[in-house]
Amino acid sequence: MKPLFIPHVPARWLASLFLTFMSLLALPAHAAVNVLGCEPEWAALATEIGGNKVRATSATTAMQDPHRIEARPSLIARTRNANLLVCTGLDLETGWLPVLLQQAGNPRIMPGQPGYLEAGTYVARLEVPTRLDRADGDVHAAGNPHIQQDPRNIARVAEVLTQRLAQIDPANAVYYRNRHRDFSHRWNAAMQRWNRQAVPLRGVAVVEHHKNMAYLLNWLGMRSVGTLEPKPGVEPSASHLARLAGQLRHDPARMVLRAAYQDPRASKWLADRAHVTPVVLPFTVGGSSHAKDLFGLFDDTIQKLLEGAR
Amino acid sequence: MICRRTVVATVLAAAFGAPIAAHADGGRDIAQLREELRQVKQDYETRIRALEKRIEAVAAPQPTGGGGESVVPLSANRQDDTGTPDADSAGYASVPSAPAVPVAVSAPAASGSASTASAFNPAVSVILGGTFANLSRDPDKYRIQGFVPGGEEVGPGKRSFNLGESELMLSASIDPTFSGQLTASLASDNSVSVEEAFMQTHGLEDGVNLKAGRFLSSVGYLNNIHSHAWDFVDAPLVYQAFFGGQYSQDGVQARWLAPVDRFVELGAEAGNGGSFPGNGRNKNGVNSVAVFGHVGDDIGEGGSWRAGLSYLRTSASGRTYDDTDSTGTDVVNAFSGNSSLWIADAVYKWSPGGNATRTNLKLQAEYFRRHENGTLTYDTTGQSLGTATGSYSSAQSGWYAQGVYQFMPRWRAGVRYDKLYGGTTDIGLVDSGALSASDFSSLTSYNPSKTTLMLDFSPSEFSRIRLQIARDKSSPDEADRQIYLQYIMSLGAHGAHSF
Repeated sequence: MKPLFIPHVPARWLASLFLTFMSLLALPAHAAVNVLGCEPEWAALATEIGGNKVRATSATTAMQDPHRIEARPSLIARTRNANLLVCTGLDLETGWLPVLLQQAGNPRIMPGQPGYLEAGTYVARLEVPTRLDRADGDVHAAGNPHIQQDPRNIARVAEVLTQRLAQIDPANAVYYRNRHRDFSHRWNAAMQRWNRQAVPLRGVAVVEHHKNMAYLLNWLGMRSVGTLEPKPGVEPSASHLARLAGQLRHDPARMVLRAAYQDPRASKWLADRAHVTPVVLPFTVGGSSHAKDLFGLFDDTIQKLLEGAR
Repeated sequence: MICRRTVVATVLAAAFGAPIAAHADGGRDIAQLREELRQVKQDYETRIRALEKRIEAVAAPQPTGGGGESVVPLSANRQDDTGTPDADSAGYASVPSAPAVPVAVSAPAASGSASTASAFNPAVSVILGGTFANLSRDPDKYRIQGFVPGGEEVGPGKRSFNLGESELMLSASIDPTFSGQLTASLASDNSVSVEEAFMQTHGLEDGVNLKAGRFLSSVGYLNNIHSHAWDFVDAPLVYQAFFGGQYSQDGVQARWLAPVDRFVELGAEAGNGGSFPGNGRNKNGVNSVAVFGHVGDDIGEGGSWRAGLSYLRTSASGRTYDDTDSTGTDVVNAFSGNSSLWIADAVYKWSPGGNATRTNLKLQAEYFRRHENGTLTYDTTGQSLGTATGSYSSAQSGWYAQGVYQFMPRWRAGVRYDKLYGGTTDIGLVDSGALSASDFSSLTSYNPSKTTLMLDFSPSEFSRIRLQIARDKSSPDEADRQIYLQYIMSLGAHGAHSF
C-alpha cells in the first residue's frame, strides 16, 4: 500500500514562512480589552467608557456607507482578535458581518456571548416595516438601523456597554462604572444644551437623502417630507428628483440632509431647483472636522442644522 | 395598565378598520370577507400577545415619548429616558420627544410570532440566471487546444436563449458549535446537482475553522466564489482548462487565522479527489490534498488586498477523454497518474476613501501551473489502431488578469485577458514511435488566449444585467467571437459575500 502523499513543499520555503510567522506573533498586544466597533460611534463610545483600559477601533469610517462594506481581510484579522464587538445590528451590517464572524474563529464575539453587543436591540426602534418586500427597496425588517443620531440612544447603549465591559474585564469593573458615571453626567448636561439650542428646529421640514435621519428628526421634532432615493438603497433617479421638486412646491422643505459619506450631486440638483439648503451632517464620529468625538458629533450636527434652517 | 389598554385598543382599531371599509365598498363574497376577517383577527391576536409579553418584560416604569419597550432593564435605578438617575428631566420639556410625524415605534411586524416552528427555518436564497448567447463558432466543437479536456463547465455554453444554473441555497446554525449550508444547482436540462453541502464550525477557539462535506475548495481566489458573484459570465480559461470549471472537494477543510493584526490564514484540505483533474478512484484514504496560505491587509483608507499561494495534489485512475486519431476515428483515451497544481493569486480593491458606493476598482490575477505524471492509454475501447499504453508527462501553465471599474453608481465595466501555455507534453507512445503525435490531436501544444470585455448594470444589490463580448482564441482555428447578455437575480435572504 502506498503511503498518503505529502505535498512537495521546499523545506527552505517552509522555514522562511515559519520565521515570518514568528516575527508576526511577536507583535505586542498591549490593551486589556480589544473592542471592535462596526461603526465609528461605537468605537468612540467604548473609548469614553473604557478609557485607557480598552483599545477601540472602528471597522468603518464616517466616509463609508455601513451598508456597503466588504469583509476585507484586515477586518477578519481584527474580528479574530477582538474581545468585544459593538455593532448597530438591525441588519445594517448584514452584507459583511456574518462573513467576519464565520471566518474569525473567535468564540468571544459570537452572537449570544457577552462580547457581542448589538446596540440596535437596546433602543426603541423607528420605522419598523409592517410589510416586508424587497419591492420596497432595501428595507430593514427590524426597523431603521441608524440609531446613533439620537443622543438618548447613545446613553442607553453606554449603559449596556459599561455592563459588558465590566463582565468581560471584571478586574476593571469599578473603573468602567466610574467612567460611565462621569460620562453620563457630561452627556446629560450636553443633551440639555442641545435640546435648548435645537428649539428653533421644531417642526422644520426637511428632505433626506436616504432614510437614515429618522432618529435625529424624531429627537428634535423635525419633519421629513421626502427622500432623494426613490426607495431605500435605490440610487436617486432624475424622474424621482423631478417629482420631488414638484412636490416641494406645495409642501416646501427648508433643508435637504445627507450624511458625509453620501454623494452630493442629488442634493445639489434639488437645492438648485427647489430652494432648499443642502446640509451635510457628520452622521457619525469623524464625519466632519468638529465631530471628533460623540460630543462634537452632536454639537456639530445641531450647529449645521441651525445654520441650514436660517 | 392604562398604557396596555391603549395599545390593545389602537391595535384592534387598526385591525378592524380596514376590513369594514372593504365590506362597505363592494359586493364581494361574504365568505371570503369572513375568512379575511378571521385571518386578520388571528394575526393581530398574535401581535397583541407579543406586545403584552414585551410590556410585561419591561420592569422599569414606562418611559415617556419615544417609548422604550425594547430596552433591556439594566439597572434598577433608571428613572427617565436618558437612563441616568441624576438627569434633570426639565431639560427635555422644551423639546418633546414625541415624533411630529407618526412613526411606528418598534411594532413587532416580523418578530410577532417568533415561537412558531417556522422561526427556526434556515435562511433561504435563490439565484436566478439566464443568458442570451451569440457565438460565431459551433460550441459543440469547442476545445482548449493542448489541454486534456475534463470537467463539465468548459466552453462557451449553448447558443441563443439559455436558462443558467438556478441556485437554491439554505443555511442556518445547527447548534452552538456548527452551522450548515446546502447549495443545490438546478440545471436547465432539469437535472439537480449538489454544488455544496457542508457543515462548518462557528466560533471555535483560536481562529480555527473546520468544514466537512462537499465544498468549493479554497485554493486560488475565484475557486470558492459562486458563479453568480463572478465579474464575468464565464470562468477564466485557467479554471476551465485545469479544473473544468471549479474545484470542489468531498472532504474536510481546516483553516487557521494567525493571532496578528494582519490577515494571515493557513489552511489544508483532504478529499476523495473525485473532481477533475482527479477522478473517483476506488481507493481508501485521502485521494486529494490541498494546502493554501493567504495574507491580506489594507493600504490606506481606500485600498485593500489579499494574496495567496495554493498547492493541490490529486490523482486520476483511468480518467478518460475523447480525441480523434490520425485515421480520423473518434477514440477514447485515458490518463492515470498524479496531478499537482500550484496557484498564485492576488486581488486588490480600491475605492475613494473606502466608500465603494459611487466608484470602485477591483484588480485580480491568478497564475496556475500544473504537472501531470503517469500513463496514457490510447484507444481504451479498441475502436481504431488498438489499445496501447505508454508514459505521459506534462507541464502546463496559464494566467489571467482582470480589472473591473464601477465608473458611476450601478454601472461597471471590466476587461479580462486569459493566456494558457501548452508547454511540453511527453507521450511515451509517440516518443517510442508506436504512434504519431497526430494520433493525439487534442494534445498538440498550443498557447490559447482570450480577451473579454464586459459592462454590467445593477439596479440594486440584488439584481444585475450584463453585456459581455469576447474573442476566444482557444484553438488554432478561427477565433470564436462571443456575445452574451446575462441576468443574475437573487431572491430571499441577503447573502454576505466574502472579499
